[in-house]
Amino acid sequence: MTFAALTIREARERLRRRQISSVELTQAFLARIGALNPRLNAYLTITDDEALEMARQADARIQRGEDTPLLGVPIAIKDVLSTRGVRTTAGSRILANYVPTWDATVVARLRALGAVFLGKLNCDEFAMGSSTENSAFGPTRNPWDETRVPGGSSGGSAVAVAADLCCAALGTDTGGSIRQPAALCGVTGLKNSYGRVSRYGLIAFASSLDTVGALTKDVYDAAIMLQAMEGRDPQDSTSVDVSPIDPARLEARGASLAGVRVGVPKEYFTAGIQPDVERAVRAAIAHLQALGAELREISLPRTPLGLPVYYIIAPAEASANLARFDGVKYGLRVQGADLIDTYRRTRGAGFGPEVKRRIMLGTYALSAGYYDAYYIRAQKVRTLIKRDFEQAFEHVDVIAAPVSPTTAFPLGAKVDDPLQMYLADVFTLPVSLAGICGISVPCGFDADGLPIGLQLIGPAFAEQRVLEVAHAYQQTTDFHLKKPPIRMP
Amino acid sequence: MTLSAAEVEHIARLARLSLSEDELARYARQLSAILDYASQLAGLDIEDIPPTATVLPIHSVMREGDEVRAGLPRADALRNAPDTDGVSFVVQATFGDEE
Repeated sequence: MTFAALTIREARERLRRRQISSVELTQAFLARIGALNPRLNAYLTITDDEALEMARQADARIQRGEDTPLLGVPIAIKDVLSTRGVRTTAGSRILANYVPTWDATVVARLRALGAVFLGKLNCDEFAMGSSTENSAFGPTRNPWDETRVPGGSSGGSAVAVAADLCCAALGTDTGGSIRQPAALCGVTGLKNSYGRVSRYGLIAFASSLDTVGALTKDVYDAAIMLQAMEGRDPQDSTSVDVSPIDPARLEARGASLAGVRVGVPKEYFTAGIQPDVERAVRAAIAHLQALGAELREISLPRTPLGLPVYYIIAPAEASANLARFDGVKYGLRVQGADLIDTYRRTRGAGFGPEVKRRIMLGTYALSAGYYDAYYIRAQKVRTLIKRDFEQAFEHVDVIAAPVSPTTAFPLGAKVDDPLQMYLADVFTLPVSLAGICGISVPCGFDADGLPIGLQLIGPAFAEQRVLEVAHAYQQTTDFHLKKPPIRMP
Repeated sequence: MTLSAAEVEHIARLARLSLSEDELARYARQLSAILDYASQLAGLDIEDIPPTATVLPIHSVMREGDEVRAGLPRADALRNAPDTDGVSFVVQATFGDEE
């Protein structure tokens, strides 16, 4: 096994035993990034010098006998999270030269624990998209088939983990942006409950939906990352303290799911789903049953309404959040005849097509005469979607479903049809609207060898439960161990 | 529903976006399709359902303690600005030439 394929837990074990140094590990990743990134375009910024300096400092801490869950472990960061002194673009031309002067809270926490930052990862512009094709810096390619998309918006994060260009990656999930690319790239991705992880320093897209999380090589690593990031942050008034994640308890449970009630929602197995995806997800659910889980058919009747609700609420919030990009305090400025003209030219030139589309959609939904018909109505249906889950969780412990109706689609296939692109998120949007948690774990491959994801959904702040079920699944399957067929140049 | 080019231009003005003729035509078409899709929310009986603005049971709170803390240094605040005089952001006049 090469260094680059190590999980966080395996890397820590070797670092602790001094079998490798953080500098060696970091060099192995940097060499691999240098070889593969020109093709995959997962990284927008590679911070070689900073990474090696962080690795040297981590090695010194290890020498002193320090032991944290991330000490000396090389990770990478989605480019919507602020990093002190390192360019943060949000995948947008308007922030092409923006260098934050402070760290996002999650970044600061990982830095304090001694993680090594390899660089910043590509994503759809302002995290708006399902394919990473909306990045102003070119698409990221799926390592399982480089003619296909990696999913999005955390496509760079998913590819960096899948192609062993980092140990783990930070991502964000507003409507599926961690889970869907994790599924399409065959890695593990946990979308945390809203409020569990601080959003401070995340470049905001839709503030009532945005969550920060990690994409990892397995479920145990997902628990390690959540433990490192979670908890109340005075800088984010919506962050909360809950009972902390305990990775060790994942092992304690073992592979038995006796006593676990798994709900299977019939609305997630509809006509639009690719047959290979349905087959793999149903096989995974049968596997959970074989481990002792009790299956119950459930109904989440408002599932189809998730998409229209999301595409009112998220653009409405985005149109307000993105008003800050006015060419005054940071970012691009295109001078016009007067101040208003400068705003319009700056934003017209700085934002890409999807971001403009969503700003327009949100502005419309919030404008006089349409506010009640669209925005308030969507917020009311959001309540119904949340209640669907609350009622289901009176009878089941977790819900099992597909992540995405299809496997990775070809680059360019949906760029001209926004509604088709939005449908890629139909199975991830309801969880985001309800603010609950869900994980994507690899559960098979389609006829073309492309990865398929199983989504395990839990109530708000039930990450421990979801991780335990997902871990039991991974203990008894090997889909998460399969590697993409990458030809080294 | 179909948005006219004039309606799209009005939204673009509200959103402070300058759009080309091509973009206006494309967005008129695409936004109309998306709003059509959203119209499936129109028929629901949701009169008595409260809207969800946030999923958390959040209430307004008073700030805990109001101690003096270091803020963002001015140099940091200005570092990314397109135009400054070293002390402030430089912008065009808001109310025309009143000198």
